[in-house]
Amino acid sequence: MSKAAELANLIGNINAGGGGVNRNVIINGAMNVAQRGTSFTVTNEFGLDRWFCRENTDGALTFSQDSTSPDGFSKSLKVNVDTADSSIGSSQFAYLAQRIEGFNIETFAFGSSPAKTIVLSFYVRCSVTGTFGGAITNGGNDNRSFAFTYDVNSANTWERKSVTIVGDTTGTWNIDNSQEMAVFWSLGAGSGHKKAKGSWDATASVQSASEASVELIGNASATWFITGVQLEVGQNPTEFEHEPFETTLRKCQRYLLRYPNDGGTNGGYTRYGIGQIISSSETEVSIYPPVHMRDDPSLTIGGSASDYYIWNANDADALSSMNVEGGSTMEYIVVNCNGSGMTAGRAGSLNAYSNSTNFLQFDSEL
Amino acid sequence: MEIKNAQYKKNPQGKLSSIECEIDGVKWSVPNGSEGNRHYAEILKQVKEGTLTIQDAD
Repeated sequence: MSKAAELANLIGNINAGGGGVNRNVIINGAMNVAQRGTSFTVTNEFGLDRWFCRENTDGALTFSQDSTSPDGFSKSLKVNVDTADSSIGSSQFAYLAQRIEGFNIETFAFGSSPAKTIVLSFYVRCSVTGTFGGAITNGGNDNRSFAFTYDVNSANTWERKSVTIVGDTTGTWNIDNSQEMAVFWSLGAGSGHKKAKGSWDATASVQSASEASVELIGNASATWFITGVQLEVGQNPTEFEHEPFETTLRKCQRYLLRYPNDGGTNGGYTRYGIGQIISSSETEVSIYPPVHMRDDPSLTIGGSASDYYIWNANDADALSSMNVEGGSTMEYIVVNCNGSGMTAGRAGSLNAYSNSTNFLQFDSEL
Repeated sequence: MEIKNAQYKKNPQGKLSSIECEIDGVKWSVPNGSEGNRHYAEILKQVKEGTLTIQDAD
């Protein structure tokens, strides 16, 4: 895009109520943040931060972070078809999606007469050419949907695509911390998950357009890459809004916070939080996340509880279980640590034994 | 989500503060009563559907 065209788009979008900084409601659109890891064969779980991977066919996919990228980017999200399914049933589907929090779409004014036109843009590279499908919905409400298509014109070549979406003046689009919008890139969808493109209606479970002619998962060993994803107010796409890595990481940590093993800085004995020993078997540890998490998080850990201990007064009391406290606020998280041989009244820190697989992971995803 | 082996856990004050369970083969501690938490919402859904039972706390 020429600079003149870029400037015209930006001015046009500012006049439409968009533009400026923080105009992109997609988080981790450049695929740089990967707290959970970099390769996933999941069928119903998040992969790279904020990106939900779903596969419910007779095929199999791998989702991974990749260094194949267009100019101006260093990472992309790659989907590889490990096992093809060339006859997708009507209720089967596979997709990549981003679920968007209601607070972040307030500027769209959806569900009211001033609803604004928005534009989705992204870079895509695929080994298969043709017309692909996707959709935008009102997320967890799932009673408003808009299907779209995009064309891959040249195999294995980065192309930038954009889809302009008229604002939805009706339906439920709450401004809160729940999932109020979802954007889908279909990787294969049965007829039960498609509808005609280009308009809003109340059809549920939509992830693709009837006009889409390519189902990626039907092509053995096919590859599909995406990066530079942006969703903003306006008629035309503006240049992808790059932001400092730390800014994207902090945005991601509202939904997923992973404290890894420190890699040996302290001999691998990572300190996760400080607490008080309540009894011979219980210590209450407080952990202060760097950002307010979206809601009370769940906790999973790397390894087993016995890989962690309470360090207190030169004692190391091994743990048998760790549980997150319901009713923790979004400002701090309480982890109840259970073990034996503790001395009530002491302060202690929650530490990991030297093990590279240790981590604490708090999940408040949508 | 496939959820198995769900059991309530008490905090040091005796309150049922969390639910320990396996979700898709991974052990999780899920905050009890946090309806905005996706894991808790799914646990509630499966309990309501009768496909999941939460064991009492020890």
